[in-house]
Amino acid sequence: MTSPFSAVKITDDVWWVGAIDWNIRDFHGYVTKRGSTYNAYLIMADKITLIDTVKAPFREEMLARIASVVDPGKIAYIVSNHSEMDHSGCLAEVIKAVDPEKVFASPVGAKSLKEILTVDREITGVKDAETLSLGNRSLTFMETRMLHWPDSMFTYLNEERILFSQDAFGMHYASLERFDDEVDPAILAYEAATYYANILLPYSPLVLKLLEKVTAAGLDFRIIAPDHGPIWRKDIGGIIERYGKWAAQKPSEKAVVVYGTMWHSTEKMARAISEGLSKGGLNVKLMSMSEVHRSDVMYEILGAGAIAVGSSTLNNNMLPMMADVMTYMKGLKPKNLLGAAFGSFGWSGEAVKQLEQLLAEMKVESAGGGISVRNVPDGAILARCYELGLTMADKVRSRL
Amino acid sequence: MGRYVCGICGYVYDPAVGDPEAGVKKGTAFEKLPEDWVCPVCGASKDEFAPE
Repeated sequence: MTSPFSAVKITDDVWWVGAIDWNIRDFHGYVTKRGSTYNAYLIMADKITLIDTVKAPFREEMLARIASVVDPGKIAYIVSNHSEMDHSGCLAEVIKAVDPEKVFASPVGAKSLKEILTVDREITGVKDAETLSLGNRSLTFMETRMLHWPDSMFTYLNEERILFSQDAFGMHYASLERFDDEVDPAILAYEAATYYANILLPYSPLVLKLLEKVTAAGLDFRIIAPDHGPIWRKDIGGIIERYGKWAAQKPSEKAVVVYGTMWHSTEKMARAISEGLSKGGLNVKLMSMSEVHRSDVMYEILGAGAIAVGSSTLNNNMLPMMADVMTYMKGLKPKNLLGAAFGSFGWSGEAVKQLEQLLAEMKVESAGGGISVRNVPDGAILARCYELGLTMADKVRSRL
Repeated sequence: MGRYVCGICGYVYDPAVGDPEAGVKKGTAFEKLPEDWVCPVCGASKDEFAPE
């Protein structure tokens, strides 16, 4: 045995030749508790074609998997659907090793790959709806700008009805099982939602338009092959439906309470608000930022109806752990949320106003004035917190 | 003439610059952009823009 790594057959002519990253836990700030895969695909058409590559340290694994099917030197075309480094990191070396006839990317990708890699090769930009003949097979390209980078595109293998969807419909999940029907559905649901919430959420309006476009074009997929995680061959309708639901961001009867606390005073307020929210009929998730990760918060916020954010004041500012999650959340642009702020302080108490300002910038509808308390909250303050929870719950339910 | 910001990617349309690659001359107000004009960075349509 020259290498333990081999390709996985998807159809008679299409193979998975990616790499498994069992150990990655931090994906630029998104915690990936189950690792990930970098998926690359080999199409054994007359013109042998490689769709995407893998993160730089995994080049040999990918080349070994390709070599289990065909001599990599026989690859004629390489298509880059997404120029982010987890898919292009070894592209320059692979081009050198393989010496393909042509390399293709979207027009934006053709430019950005030149800025990302030192690639001594012309990259051919392909336009939306352009078709490329592979001899006995053909590819059609679909630009999907900002899903989730400006260069992003889909590639569709017409004869086999396989959509290579780069990061869309993907998830961070390391496994040797390659297909959705081989993985626990609860894990699929959780990881796909977490991926959407942490990567695609800000581009939800574009997701909705893309889904409309795909429906209007009457495209049907036998297989959706994303760049991370399992390949969809069974529940294709389910994942497309879930994308439609997540992108619509319709609020639900759910509230998320996120807080940072120094001496448990803000925590007491958080718990009182949570009790009120629950009594008011909402499902509640209470999250202390010293215990949970920002990307777990985003998973909970996906589809929630309300958010309450709390922070102690530390040296005239909100706690750094709250600034962290708020910055992250603001960038991911959740919509249709109702919100409120709360917190305890020792002498100055800026945190609640800062949180309220951030909520306003995020266009979160205010559920009423925030609650700020000097030192430890007494029964009257906790009663106000409870009332705030009740009020928020009423408002959320009236919006459903 | 005001500047407009893309709600998807953050690109700012500045009438003083226009969008020469799309054939939009400088001095063109956002309101005067063709309805099928899209964000040059991310492809979002005009209705995703808001005044800066």
